[in-house]
Amino acid sequence: MLKPSTSFHRHADRPLLWTLRLLSAVAALIVALILLFVLREAWPALLQLGPAHFLRDPGWHPASGDGDADYGLLPMLAGTLLSSGGAVLLAAPLGLGSALFATSYGPPRLRGPHRQLLQLLGGIPSVVVGFWGLVVLTPLIRQWHPPGQSLLAGILCLTVMILPTSAMLSEQALRDVPAGSLQAAAALGLSRRATLEGVVLPVARGGLLSAVVLASGRALGETMAVLMVAGNVIQVPATLFDPVRTLTANIALELGYALELHRSVLFVGGLVLMGVVAVVMALAAGLRSSPGHG
Amino acid sequence: MAKRGAARFDRVIDTALALLAWLVALLVVGMVGWIVADLLRQGLPRLSWAFLVELPGDAGRSGGIRPILISTLLILGVCLAVSVPIGLATAVFLAEFQRGHRGFGPLVRYSLDTLAGVPSIVFGLFGNAFFSITLGLGFSILAGGLTLACMVLPLLIRSMEMALRAVPAEHRLATAALGLPQRVSLLYIVLPAAAPGLAVGLVLGIGRALAETAALLFTSGYVDRLPDSLLDSGRALSVHIFDLAMNVPGGGSQAAATALVLVALVLLINAFTSWAARRWLGSLHSTTF
Repeated sequence: MLKPSTSFHRHADRPLLWTLRLLSAVAALIVALILLFVLREAWPALLQLGPAHFLRDPGWHPASGDGDADYGLLPMLAGTLLSSGGAVLLAAPLGLGSALFATSYGPPRLRGPHRQLLQLLGGIPSVVVGFWGLVVLTPLIRQWHPPGQSLLAGILCLTVMILPTSAMLSEQALRDVPAGSLQAAAALGLSRRATLEGVVLPVARGGLLSAVVLASGRALGETMAVLMVAGNVIQVPATLFDPVRTLTANIALELGYALELHRSVLFVGGLVLMGVVAVVMALAAGLRSSPGHG
Repeated sequence: MAKRGAARFDRVIDTALALLAWLVALLVVGMVGWIVADLLRQGLPRLSWAFLVELPGDAGRSGGIRPILISTLLILGVCLAVSVPIGLATAVFLAEFQRGHRGFGPLVRYSLDTLAGVPSIVFGLFGNAFFSITLGLGFSILAGGLTLACMVLPLLIRSMEMALRAVPAEHRLATAALGLPQRVSLLYIVLPAAAPGLAVGLVLGIGRALAETAALLFTSGYVDRLPDSLLDSGRALSVHIFDLAMNVPGGGSQAAATALVLVALVLLINAFTSWAARRWLGSLHSTTF
């Protein structure tokens, strides 16, 4: 007996299939093209300077001529990791709280509006969140502890950006718990807390962790919301109130006028960013397919 | 005794979790309310029909956003003209021809998943190096639109593929049983049946493209004049907000008004998407975004 899909293929038109295949190949090749071009542009800096410069140069002084220019990327990498890390520390428990509200603790008639508000929040463009942070949030932080444009402001704006992602994915992870397990817990007369601790959280752990990791992927790659509020001073911050510059902000600020080696180093920054995000995404994929989830 | 202690512990934890859940719910309401209220307070007084149709003056501090709206639409047009044919073809290929776990399909899917994770500023780097410089398009609407096309493609393809998969297999079997070629089945049965879902995918892509800033800074550029052609630089709404807020002292209220226009557009599009998704696709799309 033929399977349905096999019978399709008998009637498949060759030209149609080849057209589709060609356009799919175009779509699939874009990511390779991106990697190729970012690498090509970063190549001169990688060749002339080498990784030691990016790690060990004491500062970032690209303008002082080719001879003694400094291209230390570490402060920017620290800015990226600290701002994203802080945002994830806030957004992960908040996302779990939102998921609990949407699945068990919130009154059923409020769950729909809650979800719609989250979607609304997720629909606000990052440049608008950045603008709001600039005119509303940073003056408030300045009153508390100058200068206002700071790591803290960056963390808070990033949290606003990634909370919808973290919340929706956490909710999905809780919903993926099989109904049978919940019914069994109910039949055993387990309390809501015991059900959560003994059944829901262990089963949903992989999904919840991957929600956190995916949200941090978004935070790492975010540009506008952090560029507009974090102050963009190149330094490893000592406190939450110090301004920082992320890898993404560094590119957005300097690509417009950077030439030659300087421009090339900005592409190295892009490469580093892609690397960090790729590691995070691979982690998320690993967590999703880990035992205990699916 | 121990049992009663455990029960009390249960209650404490339960109350704490309930508190967290309610706190987050209120926080979300508060955050949305705060942001929207501030935008309205600052931007609404500036918003009028004239704001939409006038030319900007004094680096954007006065006047309106007409050239910016037009540039935004042109960038969006270029983006869709390129991404929709490629996206639709890839979605059809993946949904109708590559259902299994072998062959070319998984490779395409893997590549698109990777593309979806690329940060938007890296699209900006790529667009600047490839479209603006290597292809010689310079800072232009064409370069910006093409960069956005690369960026929205994964989202477009994923939602369109879902729409195509939602078409019942019986439809395809019926046409196959009639001995019709797949071209016919695709054009007259599958695509029309999936049309509402495909439209949802399209609208999602538009929303993503409208909201983007970082990928456009160094591809379509900053120029706020009316563009003469697709090879002119054109400033998108999002870039206008950024520039007014960061580089133009006293541009705050104009930025807020522009932000209101942008948020209204994006929210209208999102509202339409979730309405259409509920109406046509059940809950299939409402769980993803």
